[in-house]
Amino acid sequence: MASHAGQLNTHPSDRRDAAVKVTDLHRSFNEAGGVLNGLDLEIAPGEFVALLGRSGSGKSTLLRSLAGLDRGVAGTGRIEVPEKVSVVFQDSRLLPWKRILDNVVLGLRAGDAEERGRQALAEVGLAGREKAWPHELSGGEQQRAALARSLVRDPELLLADEPFGALDALTRIRMHTLLRKLCEVHEPAVLLVTHDVDEAIVLADRVIVLDGGVVRHDARVEIDGRRSQADPVFARLRSQLLNELGVEDDHDSAPRHVARAAS
Amino acid sequence: MTTLTAPYRRAISSETEDVRPLRRRLGPGKPIRFGSLIGIAVLLLAWIVGSATGLLDERNLSAPWTVIATGETLIENGRLQESLVTSGIRAALGLGLGVVVGLVLALVSGLSRIGETLIDGPVQVKRSIPTLALIPLLLLWFGIGEPFKILTIALAVFVPIYIHTHNGLRTIEGRYAELAETLGVTRGEFIRHVVLPGAMPGFLLGLRFAVTSSLLALVVVEVINATSGIGHMITLASNYGQTDVIVVGLVVYALLGVTADAVVRLIERKALSWRRTLAS
Repeated sequence: MASHAGQLNTHPSDRRDAAVKVTDLHRSFNEAGGVLNGLDLEIAPGEFVALLGRSGSGKSTLLRSLAGLDRGVAGTGRIEVPEKVSVVFQDSRLLPWKRILDNVVLGLRAGDAEERGRQALAEVGLAGREKAWPHELSGGEQQRAALARSLVRDPELLLADEPFGALDALTRIRMHTLLRKLCEVHEPAVLLVTHDVDEAIVLADRVIVLDGGVVRHDARVEIDGRRSQADPVFARLRSQLLNELGVEDDHDSAPRHVARAAS
Repeated sequence: MTTLTAPYRRAISSETEDVRPLRRRLGPGKPIRFGSLIGIAVLLLAWIVGSATGLLDERNLSAPWTVIATGETLIENGRLQESLVTSGIRAALGLGLGVVVGLVLALVSGLSRIGETLIDGPVQVKRSIPTLALIPLLLLWFGIGEPFKILTIALAVFVPIYIHTHNGLRTIEGRYAELAETLGVTRGEFIRHVVLPGAMPGFLLGLRFAVTSSLLALVVVEVINATSGIGHMITLASNYGQTDVIVVGLVVYALLGVTADAVVRLIERKALSWRRTLAS
């Protein structure tokens, strides 16, 4: 993904063939105030954008509006998205009464749907689990099946709403590697909603911070090659983003102080 | 080496120390094997002892061996099979009709708001009228022929099917519908892959109630006025004071009920195999 970053460094308004183009988007759930207040956003084809923001900053609202799932929510603005959009939810949302392969190819109308489903499952490392029931899979495997289901449709845009939020830390790291690999192969534009600053930096070409219903911060991740937390560029970006989110980045030193004081 | 010492260690484990604090048990504890059958056996034993000692008057309740002998006679002259087939067909037709009607109404009502406004209210009203109370009206409309009997059974059956299927439909999680929307499935695919399997547990629960209701309605329509069937056999026997024939009829009803319930359970096991491993 990092190789894309160089090509896409031009200013957003210079490109006409953006995968996603959101203009002056307003959304509100009640009279009191809007969740999105005139948000503008562009995502280039194949670009991986991570969306950060505090709870209630409108991350999910934006994602759902791009997914076309915000029927009945008041608002104005203009949203242009590609025809083929896939959504990955925080829960894997596999139908419990369908076997994994049937879940992956659900609604897929290609003649070779089953074969493509098998390939997609093999791609996420679930070859041989086609006939398993969803509940027989671990949380990470379920989420991998959900990834297979979204990628088997060859999406031009992949919307992911905290897809790894419910996984344990170790599984999450494995999923990061997998997702980066899959995105390099399929090259969809990605909008990933997350709470996790590290996850955003590890995965994305661009990190966006949402606050007060608009894009407050838009940072390109300029790290070539392996993205390690030990990298000073990584650390600088991390504390910068945490700062934008209103969090002091002293969380590593604080517990040690407390421990020493207690002893 | 470890594989050799392992059994040895297990052998002395009974003598090793096992000291632990234990709370007094408040729950009922471990289930007894074949528990439900023991109660039935005790009851049968009481019947046998009561009949043998003369505590049970033969005119009130025939002895078990008399019942068995009567059953054999009824099978030999073919009356029992004939009645059983007639009753079985009646129950099956009524049940089938009721299930189809209940299922279709539940689907229409569960999938469209217009359907719900038109169907749900009347069905709830029907639910509060016992089907058996409708018999006088149905008798006037359809006479005492087979259509009347089958319709009465169907009326008793469709309500539990409707209620439970509708409930099953409504409790399908909205997130699955949302998922289906993002996958771009058609309405037909949505019904086939999401709605029907999702409502299946509710439908099968309704089916179990429906089977019981159908047998209840069967007994009533056969006892009221019939010229054939198990109920007719029982009514005749009642007129002549033949308790043994009555008991045979009751046993047949019981067998019908148990068999039907077993069939529904089997369907449940097959259709809900995706849940089986979860429960076990």
